[in-house]
Amino acid sequence: MAIEGAELVKAAALLGAGLSMGLGAIGPGVGEGMAAAKACEAIGQNPKEAGLLTRTMLVGQAVAESTGIYSLVIALLLLFVV
Amino acid sequence: MTLLGLDNLTLTQTAAYVGGAAAMGLGAIGAATGEGFTASRASEAIARNEEHAGDIIKNMLVGQAISESASIFSLVIAILLLFMDMPDPGIVKAASLLAAGLCMGFGAIGSGVGAGLPAGRSCLAIARQPAVSGRITTNMLIGTAVCQTPAIFAMVVALILLFKPAGGAAAFPTSAALIGAGLSTGLAAIGSGYGGGMAAGASCEGVARQPETTTAVTTTMLVGQAVAQTPSVFGLLVSFVLMFRSFPESTALSASVGLLSAGLCMGLGGIGPGIGNGMTAEGAVRWVARRVDYSGDLMRIMLVGQAVSQSTAIYAMVVSLVLIFVV
Repeated sequence: MAIEGAELVKAAALLGAGLSMGLGAIGPGVGEGMAAAKACEAIGQNPKEAGLLTRTMLVGQAVAESTGIYSLVIALLLLFVV
Repeated sequence: MTLLGLDNLTLTQTAAYVGGAAAMGLGAIGAATGEGFTASRASEAIARNEEHAGDIIKNMLVGQAISESASIFSLVIAILLLFMDMPDPGIVKAASLLAAGLCMGFGAIGSGVGAGLPAGRSCLAIARQPAVSGRITTNMLIGTAVCQTPAIFAMVVALILLFKPAGGAAAFPTSAALIGAGLSTGLAAIGSGYGGGMAAGASCEGVARQPETTTAVTTTMLVGQAVAQTPSVFGLLVSFVLMFRSFPESTALSASVGLLSAGLCMGLGGIGPGIGNGMTAEGAVRWVARRVDYSGDLMRIMLVGQAVSQSTAIYAMVVSLVLIFVV
């Protein structure tokens, strides 16, 4: 079957969206897990600072999340805009 | 409609054999690595405490047997693929068989490696605290059993793909949807299987360190593992949608690629959060064993941390569902 240029572009955009979000989700997932693991350790060592440590963990995770959100944005751009 | 100029039976058989090879080839990676880890830790444990070599070897073998089960699932699927009847050969059936092989092959990796971690660390734990070796082995068995869940999900999807009649489904995009279904559960199982193993490993160590905290440690492990399994549940969900939704016939390339991409997106996207949730659970379990009086606080922070780490798997699921239902 012959594939038209526009069709190929659309297919590539859909595949790109899946790969962008799929691969982009790996890093933040692992990184945020690592942050949370260390937060558990820190609370175990110093339970009195649980509030501060939870806040620190959440801020750190939010930053680590950013690349996941970039992936999501790129995936949505590929799906709906490009 | 034919593909590559092959007749239907040749195409279907080719797909089945490639699928069978993928199921066993990929499926052997995890269990072998996990069992090797177990054996290495058992050697270390015997070097530290040779008087209890018998207990340690027994524990190693039990642990390895469970870790092996993921690759046994692969073997079963591979043998089925090599020798099954093909009553309705065609492009859809070919895709379905290839997908079954890929699903089981990828799906066995995480559970195999994951189950090896608690098996190995429980050998070291017995060397350290031989008096509670029974409790350590029980804890290891619970942990490794939970690690197998993602591999079981992969086997369920593989079996559905093997025996699902092709019926009158349109070759395209249904065949792409089926391959996507295989990849979604198969790849997402990698992270959950490995993550569950990390949590279980820490709990074996914890029981040896403070045997009186066993209940709290096991509970935290199970909660942590349950959360670490969620990405593979998302993978399973996307697979079921891809397998059982009927798609209108379309030979447009984008229709097929979109469904394949939906499966890949959820599959790949589940890997990271599964491992991350496992790491978090490992940290929490380790510290519950040391500071059992703060187990409530530790459980809370573990769940909050895991929830955040889960978010990217949820984004991946959203993008997959958009690819299936909207685009």
